[in-house]
Amino acid sequence: MAVMSYREALNVALREEMTRDPRVFVIGEEVGLYEGAYKVTQGLLKDFGPKRVVDTPIAESGFTGVGIGAAMTGLRPVVEMMTFNFALLALDQIVNSAAKLHYMSGGQFNVPIVIRGPGGPAHQLAAQHSQSMEVYFYHVPGLKVVRPSTPADAKGLLKAAIRDENPVIFIESETLYNVKGEVPDDPDFVIPLGQAIVRREGTDVTVIAYMGMMYRAMEAAEELASEGISVEIVDPRTLQPMDSGTIIGSVRKTHRAVVVEAGAGFAGMGSEIAAFVTEQAFDDLDAPVERVTGASAPMPYAKNLEKAKTPTKEKIMDAVRRVCYANRS
Amino acid sequence: MAVTKVQMPKLSEAMESGKIIKWLKKEGDRVQSGDILAEVETDKADVEMEAFGNGVLRKILVPAGEKANVGALIGVIADPNEDISAVVAQAGPAPAASAGSSEESRRPAAVPPQPRREDHAERSPSPSRGPEAPARPTAPPPAAAGPQPASAVTAPGDGGGRVKASPLARKIAAQSGVDLKLVQGSGPGGRIVRRDVEAAGSTPAVTAGAAAPQRVPVQPGVEFEDIALTPMRATIAKRMPLSKAPVPHFYVTSEIAMDAAWELREQLNGLEGQPKISVNDLVVRACALALLEHPGINASFQGDSIRVFHRVHMGIAVALEEGLITPVLRDAHAKSLAQLSAESRDLAERARQRKLRAQELSGATFSISNLGMFDVADFSAIINPPEGAILAVGSVRKVPVVTEGGLGVGRRMAVTLSCDHRVMDGAMGARFLQDVKRLLEEPLRLLV
Repeated sequence: MAVMSYREALNVALREEMTRDPRVFVIGEEVGLYEGAYKVTQGLLKDFGPKRVVDTPIAESGFTGVGIGAAMTGLRPVVEMMTFNFALLALDQIVNSAAKLHYMSGGQFNVPIVIRGPGGPAHQLAAQHSQSMEVYFYHVPGLKVVRPSTPADAKGLLKAAIRDENPVIFIESETLYNVKGEVPDDPDFVIPLGQAIVRREGTDVTVIAYMGMMYRAMEAAEELASEGISVEIVDPRTLQPMDSGTIIGSVRKTHRAVVVEAGAGFAGMGSEIAAFVTEQAFDDLDAPVERVTGASAPMPYAKNLEKAKTPTKEKIMDAVRRVCYANRS
Repeated sequence: MAVTKVQMPKLSEAMESGKIIKWLKKEGDRVQSGDILAEVETDKADVEMEAFGNGVLRKILVPAGEKANVGALIGVIADPNEDISAVVAQAGPAPAASAGSSEESRRPAAVPPQPRREDHAERSPSPSRGPEAPARPTAPPPAAAGPQPASAVTAPGDGGGRVKASPLARKIAAQSGVDLKLVQGSGPGGRIVRRDVEAAGSTPAVTAGAAAPQRVPVQPGVEFEDIALTPMRATIAKRMPLSKAPVPHFYVTSEIAMDAAWELREQLNGLEGQPKISVNDLVVRACALALLEHPGINASFQGDSIRVFHRVHMGIAVALEEGLITPVLRDAHAKSLAQLSAESRDLAERARQRKLRAQELSGATFSISNLGMFDVADFSAIINPPEGAILAVGSVRKVPVVTEGGLGVGRRMAVTLSCDHRVMDGAMGARFLQDVKRLLEEPLRLLV
């Protein structure tokens, strides 16, 4: 085990997979000479050369299409989005080609591509650069969607994504790149897609959260513990396919659930989780499933308004108290 | 910020109003959720009423001796300096104070009463409500504790009979036999949640002290007198026509030879250290066993379906001075004669002292009414809805019987089953009675 940052863990994952499999290559804006806008691809050009670390023009639809074509012919491209908000420009390639070619070719082609980069709210990146982009992708049949919250998960899940035979949307976060944690050294350390993890054990309420919201939920749980409320935190890690079994198991234990997500709530991850919890664990619920979500508004630039739009520790604590019927008096 | 309305709770299915027997807290007393605020006389029993909020009992709107409808505002709990005038104004004009009411109840609401700290601690019953309700600090919370709505105590029946309960609360209630209609919800809008059901399973709900009807010596020259209905008599008067008119009754009568049962009972009661077994205990046991074989009798009409019960909760009518009450002996099918004897004796005893808990008065799936002690040949009873049948039991009488050799003396007991024709038919009732008869005529079957 080595202690490293989330950014370093991603870098190690790329290096290990590029070393293990010569078909793996990296493509995107500024991934080579500049070593990545967030330095995730640091040193890769020097170590693996320009054939495997490809700088592109500012043309998301184009280089994503190049990646998809390469994957169809047997390579394993890792496409970097400088931020995932830019993936909107490549949406047609991702949704209509990457997600569907395996199906539409009757299984003649598969598209083992990873599209990765940071997404979600960060610090004053304003309306166009703060979006929780996962919601656009997990709705599309044929795409897997990963949101890794810790350095170990970043490494293990990115390696699993690269080894997957199908397209994987892998969304990191600007706010987590400097988070440090223990990461297994084993080059075969892989976290299978579709496995949630219980981050914190508790008995009174299950809070489901990932990425920055998971860390906020942890702070809320610490404070709620002093009020006598024991919070269990489940991090789904992979949103599609979703590990509903772990979440249902936890709700059966605690009888209450709160879902936290940074994006707007309507038709979001919280709605999806609330639906399957209600379908599968109805008789175990002692309270309605609550959602703590971003407000339905574009992300403001002003710091105070940014805070007002985003789920805060206080909002999470309020929701937990409500489902525990503990906010009286 | 936290104003808790104290409302007349719905403490039994049929309750529409309740009378405050006495307030156990005075205006100005500090109260905690779970404290007993007052004793309330309902149609069935005298019940202690819990507080559902923390603070100071600021205002008593219905003094002792007065009645209030279910859901009516009878008091206000709030922080000492909270403005409660709006809440009090909602209640409308306070009822006229009766002669016995204390002058505190007329204290203007605007005067903040002095908190009395010395006695609240020992009065508060253990708030054993599981981890979801961490112990509340006794001090009022800071004013900035968030935009929570004041949790008003809402009678569960408010929504026109629909009980609001969480799915988990419903599951637990079904498993533990708690009648949700009798449970006070502490969640938003009066929702019954898990802790309420768990608390209902262990509430010491009833106290003694109900006034028996006054026996007024007859004055010479007075031709008649009007005696006010006790709550119990009023309930019987209201409920029985509601049964007899809409429920199509039919009756099946049978005569049972009780010689063997009588002899068995004498033998059992001759054993040392055994509880005394009554004829009624034998009848309860026989019915409970027969009901397991005839689930169609252990059933209830539900409008568009018939609910068949897999457990037998036996209602046993107990005559009281001022009426009658039917405590419920739960899971009678699973209990031995000795258990049935002990439990029904306890229920009857506490019924006479009006010490039954609310949940002991509901949930019967079948009832027995026994007038045997009054030398009654036979009679028929009125079904107690939503049950589907009731068995009326007469006395065990010595009568001449035709034997093989001629004429002899035998012990006979007449039983009449009143049946809801919407649930069952005559032949079903007759077959059930045949089995009851067989069990009592071959009474060793009651022991196995």
